[in-house]
Amino acid sequence: MKLALPALCALALSCHASDWPQFRGPGSTGVAADAAIPAKTKIEWTAPLPGRGLASPILIGGKLFITAASGPKQQRLHVLCFDAETGARIWERQLQATGRTMTFAKSSVAACTPCSDGRRVFALWSCNDLAAFDLDGNLLWLRGLTADYPNASNSLGMASSPIVVGETVVVMIENDSESYALGIDAKTGRNLWKLDRPKTANWTSPLPFHPDAKSRPAALLQSNAGILAIDPASGSRLWEYTGGASTISSGVVSGGTLFAVSNGITALSPTSDGAAPAQLWRAKGINPSTISPLILDGLLFSVNSAGVIATADAKTGDSKWKLRLTGPFSASPVGAGQRLVLVNEPGLLQVVDFSKGDGVLAGDLQLPLKTEAKELILGTPALSGSRIFIRTDSALWRIGEAAAE
Amino acid sequence: MKLPVAFVLFAALAPLHAALEDSLKSLVAVEREGRGNEAANTAWQDIVKAGPSAIPALLAASGKGSEVADNWLRLAGDVIVENARRTNEPVPLAAMETFLTDLTHSPSGRQLAFDLMRRADPAKADAIEPHLIQDPVQALRRGAVERLITVARKKSGDEMKAGYLEALAAVRDEDQTAFLAKELKQLGVTVDLPSHFGFLMKWHIIGPFENAEKKGFDTAFPPEKEVALEATYEGKSGQVTWQPFESKHDYGKVDFNKPFGMLKEATAYATTTFDSAVERDAELRLGGKNAWKVWINGQLLFGRDEYHRGQEMDQYKLKCRLKKGANVILVKCCQDGQKEEWTVEWEFQLRVCDSTGTAILSASK
Repeated sequence: MKLALPALCALALSCHASDWPQFRGPGSTGVAADAAIPAKTKIEWTAPLPGRGLASPILIGGKLFITAASGPKQQRLHVLCFDAETGARIWERQLQATGRTMTFAKSSVAACTPCSDGRRVFALWSCNDLAAFDLDGNLLWLRGLTADYPNASNSLGMASSPIVVGETVVVMIENDSESYALGIDAKTGRNLWKLDRPKTANWTSPLPFHPDAKSRPAALLQSNAGILAIDPASGSRLWEYTGGASTISSGVVSGGTLFAVSNGITALSPTSDGAAPAQLWRAKGINPSTISPLILDGLLFSVNSAGVIATADAKTGDSKWKLRLTGPFSASPVGAGQRLVLVNEPGLLQVVDFSKGDGVLAGDLQLPLKTEAKELILGTPALSGSRIFIRTDSALWRIGEAAAE
Repeated sequence: MKLPVAFVLFAALAPLHAALEDSLKSLVAVEREGRGNEAANTAWQDIVKAGPSAIPALLAASGKGSEVADNWLRLAGDVIVENARRTNEPVPLAAMETFLTDLTHSPSGRQLAFDLMRRADPAKADAIEPHLIQDPVQALRRGAVERLITVARKKSGDEMKAGYLEALAAVRDEDQTAFLAKELKQLGVTVDLPSHFGFLMKWHIIGPFENAEKKGFDTAFPPEKEVALEATYEGKSGQVTWQPFESKHDYGKVDFNKPFGMLKEATAYATTTFDSAVERDAELRLGGKNAWKVWINGQLLFGRDEYHRGQEMDQYKLKCRLKKGANVILVKCCQDGQKEEWTVEWEFQLRVCDSTGTAILSASK
């Protein structure tokens, strides 16, 4: 079969292995398959940011994309593109918030990590403004989701990050009042579907679920009611887990298993016939708090806010080793190979190595936060190759390998 | 026959101008739920291609559509200016300044003119900013106020006081106002914050009515059917009547816990009459962390059923039309059943102002 030229181009331009296309990277797993995390690290470059934010940077084809919000009420919204190699700013776009910008003091209007399909960047802010750009910063479309649905907001701030599955951008605008999820046509920005969702504040992010080439891609919507799997193209229900779930810490998918943040961690095996997923195991003792878990090298990793990493066998849920790091944490861990990167709120980057069994602290690096501005690191890092990308309210850093002492 | 140069130029440029106007109309026409996005996308590219010469028409289009449409225009202006800076192409700064200083243009267009000017020529924007001290656009005067504060801080005694008072006369933002009130207090000047912001302080309140299982929010208790201050109704635990209540809070908080006790699962109402000197557009700006509804002259403006997620001044901006004379404002405020310490508050604050945040005071205050 011959593919048309546009289709070939699209394939060529879609995400590469070294890309980090959304919150917690490829598949929202927190894992970069081809990355190699150095134990000893240093700051390779610093790029100033024009406004606050805890949204993670994403990386597409050597370009970093990041959002920010500035002004006394954070009503000025920014999207920035940087050269990942040099840290040079390539372009910046600004728009004005059309929704409410109130958040609790620690959070920010730029709380939602943008996402990309390798050709386009979709940026969402807490005020429910959603903008699509091509990689060169040309505007494709805009939505003001509070202008569309006026009671959709959260006075503590929204933080759910969008995902793009196929040609659908999936957003969860879930809150105590006008609560919904939307499937938006990635090309036009028009609604494909709209689902009413539980009227409860919800900061979790949708998950892409596509265990193998034979199965239909799904989007998983997590809430206090449980997890609803939908067809991203139509919004129709595929299956549902009704055992309740966190409204803060998002679950993770690995190898066709959903590790739900539900009653601790509950491992679920979804079916293709619409039936409720089978429960593989449940570990009530693992409490991810506000931080999302991660699956790497057959282990489940969960970090509580105080800084204790708890691990479990991903197949059985049996507890494995624990390690106390220096907390507190808000950012979720990311990993590659047999190493994890965790950055605590005061800016201490910690690399954990578990290649020899139990995890050990292999290296750390104190990042120079602006303490006079009470800066914290709340955003999850991005990984690519041997590089780690981290942002604060004022700067974006590339962290690389330090020369051996 | 020779045609006049001006005619030739007009004939050549007229189609371009018409095309630009059509493109701008496509951006202005975007509607709810992304309707019009496809046409806007093509139009946006055409406007960007037109380059800096499109800026005056682009500014004039701002404010003619929705806030989302304004963002389409803003982003076109952004790219035009960025491209012009990259290629050293001049942007029409004089026209942008003329647009900015003409108060008949829309607030969003004037704000965009200043923002684009700041990106194109920061020094020029810096030179203009102090002259925006009385600008009707709140965001535009903020920078000028900040400059006055910065200058005054470096002085002392009467000079400092005079500087702060000059800033106070112009300030609209809460954070700057709070700073000035605090500094002036130390210099012996008490700022009347309720009057500065236009908070409504004198109310009649009634309650409690029921709000078990949060059902009170959608229940139309008698005050929603009539505001009769002499009336008596059956409430949550007995008969209830309207009673006068005056807020003593600097930011006009009406705290229902004071007259009714620390109740849970309860609904209360507050009403006041605002005397407007003229018929005019206005905003009722409300802050509160309980579920609420607001009516003016019997018309529901908005309601929101969120509990205890946070409160700040001007949290919600409700556009309304004041009629000349008495305007009856009614606020419904529901407390839920949460027991945590941070769910004690059962209150709201409400002020009347114009779209720039400038207080509108009752004519019969």
